[in-house]
Amino acid sequence: MKWLILRRLSQLAILALFLSGPLLGVWITRGSLAGSMTLDFLPMADPFTLLQTALAGHFPAGTAIIGALLVTLFYLLVGGRVFCSWVCPVNIITDVASWIRKKLDIKHTSTVGPGLRYWLLAIACTLAIFSGITAWETINPANVMARSLIFAMQDAIWMGLGLFIFALLIKGGWCRICPTGAFYSLLGFVSLTKVKASKRENCDNCNACYQVCPEPQVLIDPLKTTGSSPVIRSGQCTNCGRCIDVCSQDVFRFARRF
Amino acid sequence: MKLSRRAFIKANAIAVTAAAAGMSLPKAEALANEEDLDIRWDKAPCRFCGTGCSVLIGTKDGRVVATQGDPDAPVNRGLNCIKGYFLSKIMYGKDRLKTPMLRKRNGKYDKEGEFTPVSWDEAFDTMAEKFKEAIKKKGPESVGMFGSGQWTVFEGYAASKLFKGGFRSNNLDPNARHCMASAVAGFIRTFGSDEPMGCYDDLEHADGFVLWGSNMAEMHPILWSRLTDRRLTASHVKVAVLSTFENRGYELADLTLTFKPQTDLYILNYIANYIIQNNAVNEDFVAKHTTFKQGNTDIGYGLRPTDPREQKAKNAKSAGGSKDITFAEYKKFVSQFTLEKTAKETGVPEENLLELAKMYADPKRKIVSYWTMGFNQHTRGTWANNLVYNIHLLTGKISEPGNGPFSLTGQPSACGTAREVGTFAHRLPADLVVKKEAHRDFTEKIWKLPKGTIPGKVGYHAVLQNRMLKDGKLNAYWVMCNNNMQAGPNFNEEAYPGYRNPDNFIVVTDPYPTVTAMAADLMLPTAMWVEKEGAYGNAERRSQFWRQQVNAPGEAKSDLWQLVEFSKRFKVEEVWPADLIAQKPEYKGKTLYDILYANGQVNKFPTQKISDGAGNTYDNNEMEDFGFYLQKGIYEEYRLFGLHGPKKGHELGEFDDYHKSRGLRWPVVDGKETLWRYREGYDPHVAKGSGVQFYGNKDNRARIYALPYEPPAESPDKEFDLWLCTGRVLEHWHTGSMTQRVPELYRAVPHAVLFMNPEDAKARGLRRGMSAKISSRRGEITATIETRGRNRMPKGQVFLPFFDARRLANKLILDATCPISKETDFKKCAAKVERA
Amino acid sequence: MKAASDIQQSGLTSRRKFLSGSAAAACGVALFGLGGCMAKDESGVILRPPGASEEFLGACIRCGQCVRACPYNTLKLVGLFGQGGTGSPYFEPRQVSCEMCEDLPCIKACPTGALDPQLTDVNKAKMGLAVLVDQETCLNYLGLRCGVCYRACPSIDKAITLDARHNQRSGKHTLFLPKIHSEHCTGCGKCEKSCVLEASAIKVLPRSLAKGELGHHYRLGWEEKEKKGSSLIPEALDLPDRMPEFTPPSFEEVKP
Repeated sequence: MKWLILRRLSQLAILALFLSGPLLGVWITRGSLAGSMTLDFLPMADPFTLLQTALAGHFPAGTAIIGALLVTLFYLLVGGRVFCSWVCPVNIITDVASWIRKKLDIKHTSTVGPGLRYWLLAIACTLAIFSGITAWETINPANVMARSLIFAMQDAIWMGLGLFIFALLIKGGWCRICPTGAFYSLLGFVSLTKVKASKRENCDNCNACYQVCPEPQVLIDPLKTTGSSPVIRSGQCTNCGRCIDVCSQDVFRFARRF
Repeated sequence: MKLSRRAFIKANAIAVTAAAAGMSLPKAEALANEEDLDIRWDKAPCRFCGTGCSVLIGTKDGRVVATQGDPDAPVNRGLNCIKGYFLSKIMYGKDRLKTPMLRKRNGKYDKEGEFTPVSWDEAFDTMAEKFKEAIKKKGPESVGMFGSGQWTVFEGYAASKLFKGGFRSNNLDPNARHCMASAVAGFIRTFGSDEPMGCYDDLEHADGFVLWGSNMAEMHPILWSRLTDRRLTASHVKVAVLSTFENRGYELADLTLTFKPQTDLYILNYIANYIIQNNAVNEDFVAKHTTFKQGNTDIGYGLRPTDPREQKAKNAKSAGGSKDITFAEYKKFVSQFTLEKTAKETGVPEENLLELAKMYADPKRKIVSYWTMGFNQHTRGTWANNLVYNIHLLTGKISEPGNGPFSLTGQPSACGTAREVGTFAHRLPADLVVKKEAHRDFTEKIWKLPKGTIPGKVGYHAVLQNRMLKDGKLNAYWVMCNNNMQAGPNFNEEAYPGYRNPDNFIVVTDPYPTVTAMAADLMLPTAMWVEKEGAYGNAERRSQFWRQQVNAPGEAKSDLWQLVEFSKRFKVEEVWPADLIAQKPEYKGKTLYDILYANGQVNKFPTQKISDGAGNTYDNNEMEDFGFYLQKGIYEEYRLFGLHGPKKGHELGEFDDYHKSRGLRWPVVDGKETLWRYREGYDPHVAKGSGVQFYGNKDNRARIYALPYEPPAESPDKEFDLWLCTGRVLEHWHTGSMTQRVPELYRAVPHAVLFMNPEDAKARGLRRGMSAKISSRRGEITATIETRGRNRMPKGQVFLPFFDARRLANKLILDATCPISKETDFKKCAAKVERA
Repeated sequence: MKAASDIQQSGLTSRRKFLSGSAAAACGVALFGLGGCMAKDESGVILRPPGASEEFLGACIRCGQCVRACPYNTLKLVGLFGQGGTGSPYFEPRQVSCEMCEDLPCIKACPTGALDPQLTDVNKAKMGLAVLVDQETCLNYLGLRCGVCYRACPSIDKAITLDARHNQRSGKHTLFLPKIHSEHCTGCGKCEKSCVLEASAIKVLPRSLAKGELGHHYRLGWEEKEKKGSSLIPEALDLPDRMPEFTPPSFEEVKP
């Protein structure tokens, strides 16, 4: 449970940074996940959103470039899709939905392949190029969700509900499809911090890790394919640490890629 | 003091905000045409300024549901300003007072108690007890009243009678003291008779207009519309605007003169000098119709006698005094006001001064001078008025179409009620004054009072009333139809302390819980505007009447009812000395009501059905309550002053005619209105062959006064380095007690902002939109800085409107007055502005 | 191992593969539609903070920092699928108008330059253009002395002027007709906000909607003459008119 609690704390703490201003008058971070300014000196920006503006024909000026570089650098260190499991509020919704799926024993529903998110990423980028606007941002659930929570907009309810139902119907929910996740997974293919099945010889085939993993396909090779590296190299891994928490044999741990 | 001053202001601010935010809107605003058919339409003058626009009031189911500009009214021809547009909403603020409220603790009156609803009986019993106690202990001078230029003519008359004839106290003054007392004093001093000689028709006849300290564009919007039309349709017409800052009038002006505060006295004298130097004097007119006087100088500032500025002033006690001089002496006197000197002292470029002087001097150009508070609210206000008359008298440009000086009034009946009825501390109806025995005798005769009833001593004027309340000399005090706590000067030092002085009992009659009402001990709810029958007199001597259209809410009763009903509580023995009653033994055991109102004159007209030409009928609550047509009775008695009084030229017409007409301009003689006074052919009182007679003075001549420049009471110094001027905006009327309760007007201009020169702001680390602290020696307030917008301030001067109950602008103002007119100078004192 | 292969298989069955493929296609089509729709919306009636260009939605990352920077809570974010693009900033002048802060905090807060940092003088902002949309209900057009919009305008006498016209109906009053000058109007919306009518007669519109364009083939003669300071064609011969000996004095001369 250790990593789960830490993740929840991280997700909530990040929201709290944004909300302390409007709620308590203590301004720490202004803006939202798409772009923010912390304590008037630390800019951050979502590199994927910024990429869309570039593709739409706007060469970004100002602090957003620095912000996006900082964010990219950060995820290159801690793991690309760390954003998905440690920062993004959609993750909470998807997790709650999967918990309910488990409780209600919902099994026979659709799943989507891990490849779809890359198609959507491509579409989002193409849309920006052809429309000249960041069209994907009209719907982008990751940003909409974060923004509507931070700015106390009604969208939070509708988007939250939609994502929740979606995640009840489709295993892994939006997080299986999300192009933002797809973008960060690209960073994940080269990022430094990774989960490693360092004691894969202890595996007792209980399948618990496959059950909890939101991207179980990433586990197969490192855990079972002899000859392959025990490091989970796939960028699709979100470094959520669920497998570490769940494994009774302590097979997994966080490690460096190399 | 239970309610601290700060808490008091805060409580008021909250009340006003709440009232403004949660307004109830009149029903049925969007009226379909078929619904319009059930609406009863009748006429009334607008409730706001002294212009006197006429409106038609649409009532349905006992509620005013709509209004329209009266298309047949000569003043406004169907038009209104934006305040007039919202007239139907002013009576329906959510926080209307509906029952008397007395400060009580443990079931009885307590000065430190909470406002508790009480019956009219309890309210009047408590009040009568306090008035009787004061009169018994300290005599009639310990009771007083602060009235209004917004009273109806009938109310002003009833109040004057109650206090001067009933309580035998001249401590009755109207809020018009803050507004045009200087114009009154000026008219009386020069012409011996109050009020303008011309009328609004001058607007269509003049070839030039000069605005002296009058932001007519905002404050008299409909008249400005007429003035602009004259300028538009006749290309030779010129408009000159003088002010201490750029106001909306500058937009139209051909000539603008922005002068340093107080230096208008230089300009006025310079023009007279120019006229003389350039042989533009109308010698014949001057020889036949004028005499010359040298007024007393060094006359002080109307401050408390203990103030060093008063002690230093040589003629503080004889401010109005003067001695006769010759034309030659006058010429010599004004010769010191040269162009160079005037330009230097005023900061106005020489060419602008010259151009203005030429306008006046050109014998072919007919000129009307207009002024409002720039002249009147001035420590030398009476002088300024006298000096502008000098110019018109020297050139003979007076009392004829398109020529004349014209003082514009700010209140709907400053003329009709405050001036003509004489509700000032020194006046009686129709230009009579309490100081003159013959005038008192005449008044007592009309009022059927024993000789000597009316005291000969001038009562406490507005500012003095507050001082006397603070000093404990005025103990029972009734404030009606005004909001003096917000409007009057120096709230902290001179207004609030008197109201909360434990020796005093303060009654405030108002439709809304104003700042003043909240400072009182007893609040009385009143009927406003068309909730009663009334009459107003506008700035051009036009008297307009209206019928009661709807009933007042709850137990609210009109000011007139309150004055007359209250008089029933006094036995004559309780207020008059025995020797006075001995003169009229028949009054023994009678009440003031019997003597003043049921006197066989005022109650002469029995109850009747009130209907209009179309057959609609109207209520008259006072008639129902007292059993006679009170308004008509009062009018007919009042009219006797004009018909038979010692001062001629104040005749009024028939009561019923006023209900039919869109107002008549007095003197109404032989069924005709008078448009231009003092001129043969126009004025019936001017003898044939004389051409012009200023018959207010016994010698039929007007006075030309030699009066110099004298500095203001307080000028900016190192610490308080800015001139502060307070005033109004078009959207709100005076203290905003009505217009701030109209949601649309509130939204249009929600707060008072501090108009300031951008460089002044920058020098203080401020910029537009920032909150700033404005302070004077008398207090401080915070307001938002505005460096753009409607008023452009020169460096060194700031302007703050006073309509905002959350920012009592006038509390910063020094209670210095013109020593002659006793009118406060709201236009200049020293202040500083800092970051809040 | 069984479970793992199950997962692998289920993810790879041809039917599923087909489904996910077609889902992607469907999504794609939907998104293109959406994109087109959004692109069109940009010209809709929505007002942006100062410094927003016509390509604003291509540059804005919809982070809301400008909203946070606005001291008057003027700026809001568009809701999901709302007009103007989800999450992008806008303001409704009738609710809260722009106060035209001299230091332009919204622009300073913008991380991408979507609000143009080159705009440093708020008077040059072009958020929209005020248009007197209804002359029938405008009180000034009716001859009343309202002019609330005019006096509320921070650029009074520049952005809004009053055109004085004779009121023929009343015969002696003036119509003060509000006239908006696009050169000076920033679109702050103070006028729309303050209009006392139940629905504002003056509204701020996006400049693309509000502004007409004069034919490029035509010049305004009087303006060209003023610009040059003299007639564009210098030599103008004017022969005297033949007149009778006595000319009656003109109206002007008779007047004083």
